[in-house]
Amino acid sequence: MKFIRILKTALLIFFLFLSNSFAISPSDFIQKITDNASNILSSNLSKNEKQNKLKEIADENVDIKGIGFYTLGNYRKNLSDNQKKEYSNLFKKYFLKSFSSRLVEYSNPKITVVSQEILNEKYTIVNSILDATKDRPEIKIDWRVYTKNPSKLLIRDLIIEGLSLARTQKEEFSSIISSNDNNVEALFKTLEQF
Amino acid sequence: MNKFIKLSVLIIFIQCLPFYASAGSDGTISLSEKDKPVKDCFEKINRTTFAFNQSLDRVLFKPIAKGYNKLPRPIKNGSSNFVGNISNLVTIPNNILQGDFKSAGINTIRLIINTTLGIVGLYDAAEAMGLEKLDKEDYGQTLGKMGVGPGCYLVLPVLGPSTVRDTIGNFANFSGGDPFYNITIKHDTQYFSEPDYYSTRATAALDFRAKNLGSLDNLEKNSVDFYAAVRSLYLQDRQKKIANNEVATETMDDSDWEEIEEQ
Repeated sequence: MKFIRILKTALLIFFLFLSNSFAISPSDFIQKITDNASNILSSNLSKNEKQNKLKEIADENVDIKGIGFYTLGNYRKNLSDNQKKEYSNLFKKYFLKSFSSRLVEYSNPKITVVSQEILNEKYTIVNSILDATKDRPEIKIDWRVYTKNPSKLLIRDLIIEGLSLARTQKEEFSSIISSNDNNVEALFKTLEQF
Repeated sequence: MNKFIKLSVLIIFIQCLPFYASAGSDGTISLSEKDKPVKDCFEKINRTTFAFNQSLDRVLFKPIAKGYNKLPRPIKNGSSNFVGNISNLVTIPNNILQGDFKSAGINTIRLIINTTLGIVGLYDAAEAMGLEKLDKEDYGQTLGKMGVGPGCYLVLPVLGPSTVRDTIGNFANFSGGDPFYNITIKHDTQYFSEPDYYSTRATAALDFRAKNLGSLDNLEKNSVDFYAAVRSLYLQDRQKKIANNEVATETMDDSDWEEIEEQ
């Protein structure tokens, strides 16, 4: 019995080591994504094709479902299962459209990862710089990376010059719901129409 | 002019009194508790003012800012440096009031170097000598640093987003807190006049608008509630500036994410 316990522990350590050693670091994860996005934006693809490629990147690397529920704030507690499902679908469509149309305006952006700060086992903040151009100064962009599963890192927030996009989104949604008698369906309708 | 300013300050103070009272009673806003959410007490009026400001922006500020952006780079940099240098006159007393004597010293040296060697601030000679530009400070930030909460969110005509605290902080500029205002408007000097003050303030506003043309357009296009997005960004920015904190994680409330873990 003791032997089996030791063997189990050894196997566990081995696989943990294996998974961690194969997992990409949050800094490399962000650098890879931004390089990829930069290549797409500087390519000769049409605007639509660029947006579609950017959507693919976001879908794969951003925790859209998590951000969706975060941005709903306390209202998410009162949703039925059907409403949760409907909201997740609507939010995903909205997020991908909004995200890709925000980014597609930039041509050949160069983002350099400069450092990372491990907050705890679940979160690491990756600090990066969007290089200055003749039209705008250098911009600091921090990425909140969800690291609970080291082999599947996910972006949960973008913090531009200290301003959190997830928080801004949350306050926008909250404003829509509260100005419609706390009716969450009003937000669903707004997202549908976006 | 002075009487009008004093009267306006008094009116704002009187208007603030109910906010102080309600802050304690409903528990949702407290001018002494920094982390409480800021209440939009006058949302209907604020939204109307916001719409008015947007119209004004569309017909006046945006076209001028677009034109400004077409100016040669050295001219834009020069005017940006010039207004940045003058803003030190408000930043330095606020550095001192916040007990940040090191920054006050650096900003004073920068002001002297840039006003002289930098030809009235048009060229950032101090940066070339290794004295990096520091963050601006104002009386609203100093009040925040002293523990005064933001009070209600306000949208001021033409001037845009603010809070009760930041508006009061702005009035400090007109009550002796801004040396540039003092020498151009408050006291009759033979070297400066009122247009010098107003044109400098207008240039600072234009410089800010021109630098943010693309990002504001993008934000407006992709927002489901542009008013709420601007409000959120303004309040986050003020919170960050008051904390003088570069740590991005301060802007997030982790408790909401924790709940999502368990869903």
